[in-house]
Amino acid sequence: MQASREREHTLSVLVENRPGVLSRVAGLFSRRGFNIESIVVGTTEDRRYSRMTIVVTGDEAEVEQVTKQLHKLIEVIKISELAPQEMVERELALIKVSADRSNRSEILQIVDIFRASVIDVSERSLVVEVTGDTDKVKAMIDLLRPFGIKEIVRTGRVAMTRGPRAVSPDAARPAGGLQAVSG
Amino acid sequence: MSAIDLAVQGSGKKPAPVRMTGAQALVECLKAEGVEYIFGIPGGAVLPLYDALYDSGLRTVLCRHEQGATHMADGYARATGRPGVVLATSGPGATNLVTGLATAYMDSIPMVAITGNVARHLIGRDAFQEADITGITLPVTKHNFLVRSARELPWAIKAAFHIATTGRPGPVLVDIPKDVGLEELNFTYPETVDLPGYKPTYKGHIRQILAAARAIMNAQRPLLYVGGGAIASGAHEEVRALAEKCDLPVTMTLMGLGAFPGDHPQSLGMLGMHGTAYANYAIQNCDVLIAVGARFDDRVTGNLKTFAPRVEQIIHIDIDPAEIGKNVVAHVPIVGDCRAVLSVLLEKVKEKKHPEWWQQIEEWRREYPLQYRKVDGQLHPQYVCEAIYEVTNGEAIVTTDVGQHQMWAAQYYRVKHPRHFISSGGLGTMGFGFPAAIGAKLARPDKEVFVVSGDGSFQMNIQELATAADLNVGVKVVIINNLYLGMVRQWQEFFHGRRYADSYLGTPDFVTIAKGYGVKGMLITDPADVKPALEEARAHDGPVVMDFRVVEEENCFPMVPAGGSNSEMLGPKGWIE
Repeated sequence: MQASREREHTLSVLVENRPGVLSRVAGLFSRRGFNIESIVVGTTEDRRYSRMTIVVTGDEAEVEQVTKQLHKLIEVIKISELAPQEMVERELALIKVSADRSNRSEILQIVDIFRASVIDVSERSLVVEVTGDTDKVKAMIDLLRPFGIKEIVRTGRVAMTRGPRAVSPDAARPAGGLQAVSG
Repeated sequence: MSAIDLAVQGSGKKPAPVRMTGAQALVECLKAEGVEYIFGIPGGAVLPLYDALYDSGLRTVLCRHEQGATHMADGYARATGRPGVVLATSGPGATNLVTGLATAYMDSIPMVAITGNVARHLIGRDAFQEADITGITLPVTKHNFLVRSARELPWAIKAAFHIATTGRPGPVLVDIPKDVGLEELNFTYPETVDLPGYKPTYKGHIRQILAAARAIMNAQRPLLYVGGGAIASGAHEEVRALAEKCDLPVTMTLMGLGAFPGDHPQSLGMLGMHGTAYANYAIQNCDVLIAVGARFDDRVTGNLKTFAPRVEQIIHIDIDPAEIGKNVVAHVPIVGDCRAVLSVLLEKVKEKKHPEWWQQIEEWRREYPLQYRKVDGQLHPQYVCEAIYEVTNGEAIVTTDVGQHQMWAAQYYRVKHPRHFISSGGLGTMGFGFPAAIGAKLARPDKEVFVVSGDGSFQMNIQELATAADLNVGVKVVIINNLYLGMVRQWQEFFHGRRYADSYLGTPDFVTIAKGYGVKGMLITDPADVKPALEEARAHDGPVVMDFRVVEEENCFPMVPAGGSNSEMLGPKGWIE
């Protein structure tokens, strides 16, 4: 097969909100040898459905195969690949930084520039919350590293298309409403 | 008589709900699905289910190992196209299903497996005979369900049968906690299930079908490559009509054998690792390859880089979109049911002849026929397979185990009809053939059923002799006994300097073992006795075990070494030039 360039792809996957769906999706990736960069799951505007934002690395053919295999899962309703220029993406990170009286203000300056915020302060540490695209989060972490990072917690990316188009159950089923599926 | 009146289709009358237990509801669901046989073994967690089945009128087949039950259900399904049903208890009963489910999953066989589980309040507590069977079977089922309440049960069973039998078929498991079987519900059986994420495509895209028709019309050296999907969709008549209308040579995968008559002059037999030389030359030289319900498995393609180097157009028809583009790039991809697509395609092509291409193929056929080195007085395994074909006139259903004998059966038993060759293709499960034959024979009592097995494979589900004896299921077991794990030995001979690490088995006395189970046993050592023995077995009312002591170190040819090119094959006299 002709191999195109490897890059990150963002998939927005609408699934039925049933037990075990996440392990089905995650299991599929490991079983077929696909790499997940991040996976985020949350409920949607309709609680019968959840949305997963999955970032995968691969060439076009691999991502096409991922998408087709995901479609085979009974509980996967809709998959959209979000093109980089047509989506907004955000990630949230909590960063615990070593900080004392001598360098606290310097850190606060960086936090300010990034429009991040400090959500916890102690004698020897700060917890910084930063939201943005992956590059911004990375830049923030790089700048804080010299102060001594004790812990980082990141959410992974969530993404959405720009403009009015929506990846919603209604768009998945043009005619008729959805019925509850469980007994 | 059913405990309730089920909705008569088209009557427009919905039946009133009836109060019953989950276990009784399961029985009603299985009746509504038209289930004939349930293959399984009882145990603690399924006692409520077995109790409801006891006087239900549904026939249960008591197997001796749950793996045997899955292969019986699988054989039943392959022989009929209807879903096979398995019932097993929790824990080890359920985990024993895994190989059988994986076998069915790899070969896209419709099956519904029902397992008991521990009561709901015990789930997750490592209770006695608890296993997370929905977790365990996730990668080897098309879908599975853990039923959390009795009122969910009818929906889950309906959905299981629907998913198992539609689209690309496959096994579905339904796990029922013990107390769900005892819980009461108001039962009605749903007529349909709505699964928003599951809408298989049956109709092929007309523009793609027209593109395929054009490619076939422009082809100089076309080849029809037919897989198990053609059998699953019942496309054998359309395959034949297309082949005859457009003068196409036809080659089949192991799973596709029978989708086109093996005795038809346009059949090139099986292709791939142990395919005929002429089928492999045809695929390496064709310009238009029409793949029908086949998935370009590595045993078919050999090295992908050197596969079909002269091909200009690959037309790939498959109901599973994920198969298209998985291993090779399809120039004309058509997602749809093979039968539905072919019936439209047939109208779009005109009659055509390919005399030059056929001349070339006939030359290959003459020069590189399927053959083995015959030595007088020696019992050759290939001859046994030929003899089965001759005595049954190719009308019997043949199931196989896995190994050399499987390939010899595929080569020398020229399967004439669909659903008459039953073999574990994808997973390659030793121990499959004998129980599958029991399922096939129960499904088709009108048919003779032969098992071509090996001395290694047969011992992997030999306990089902008890099942066959109990029900007097007249399957005829042919053990191609070479005292070795023959295919392992062959690979060791070629690729590991004849270091036969653990491939020598010796042999038990199969005749005595058969006798111990109350089954007729026969020992055959002389080639002159082969056909008389087969005839004697055919005449016997009941199961028969025939122990054929064949040449020990016979090899299976032709052979494309794993990962090699399909143009480079080993034959009985070395590399085929």
